[in-house]
Amino acid sequence: MEQIFFWSLAAGILAASIAMVTLRNPVTNAVCLVVALVLQAALFVTLGATFLAAVQVIVYAGAVMVLFLFVIMLLDVKAEARRPIPWPKVGAVVLGAVAVVLGIPRLVAAFPSAREPLRWSGQAVSFGAKDLGMLLFSSYAPLFLATGVLLLVATIGVVVLCRRDPSS
Amino acid sequence: MIPGEITLGHYLALSGLLFLVGLTGVLLRRSLLIVMMSLELLLNAANLALVAASRFKGIPDPQVAVFFVITVAAAEVAVGLAILVAIFRLKKTTSAEDFAALKF
Repeated sequence: MEQIFFWSLAAGILAASIAMVTLRNPVTNAVCLVVALVLQAALFVTLGATFLAAVQVIVYAGAVMVLFLFVIMLLDVKAEARRPIPWPKVGAVVLGAVAVVLGIPRLVAAFPSAREPLRWSGQAVSFGAKDLGMLLFSSYAPLFLATGVLLLVATIGVVVLCRRDPSS
Repeated sequence: MIPGEITLGHYLALSGLLFLVGLTGVLLRRSLLIVMMSLELLLNAANLALVAASRFKGIPDPQVAVFFVITVAAAEVAVGLAILVAIFRLKKTTSAEDFAALKF
């Protein structure tokens, strides 16, 4: 059961993300990204991170993607024109892919405990909103406040950046 | 059906592959919008690795890190898209090839 979930979700996420990177119509790209993010939220649920799954759907698949689609519509972005494939870059990416595919099993082999199965049930642990909230407002409280400042600064920055020059 | 249990290695491998796909998008695509979507994919690959590690070690701290990553990513997207809109007003295009003014 767990395996079926993992493999189907992994295949779906990879397919959606590859489609996102390769397809040319911006709206299709955005929809592919939404699919990948929602599937990843499902993967978070299987890992016991229920609160993060909810946050992932609300913030990424909701807010961030609406922002993307809004900008696509606002700018009226057309599908990217075809251009010659940059073979040196593609070669570099393929080399990187080979390195990752060869490297990860070695990396995992270096930590024998990483081969133990992550059990769905049994001694499995699940962290919900309460556990994260307790941590967030105790040990990570300064970071949490900093995040608030960051969001405020980002909001003000966006308003300033997008404001039309009143003198012109 | 499929032999073997799902281990931390499986999640790390999936995370690495996702990061690779995102990196491909950042390096090879020219539309700035697609580059920013690929950046989101990079951050998500890291999030997946963190959540798997949280499950593996049985501690909630990595999930708090993911929480912060999501927040920073949201702020990053907002500022990035604002810059994109401002630049579009100036040049009427979103292709990275037309923004070479700062190229050394």
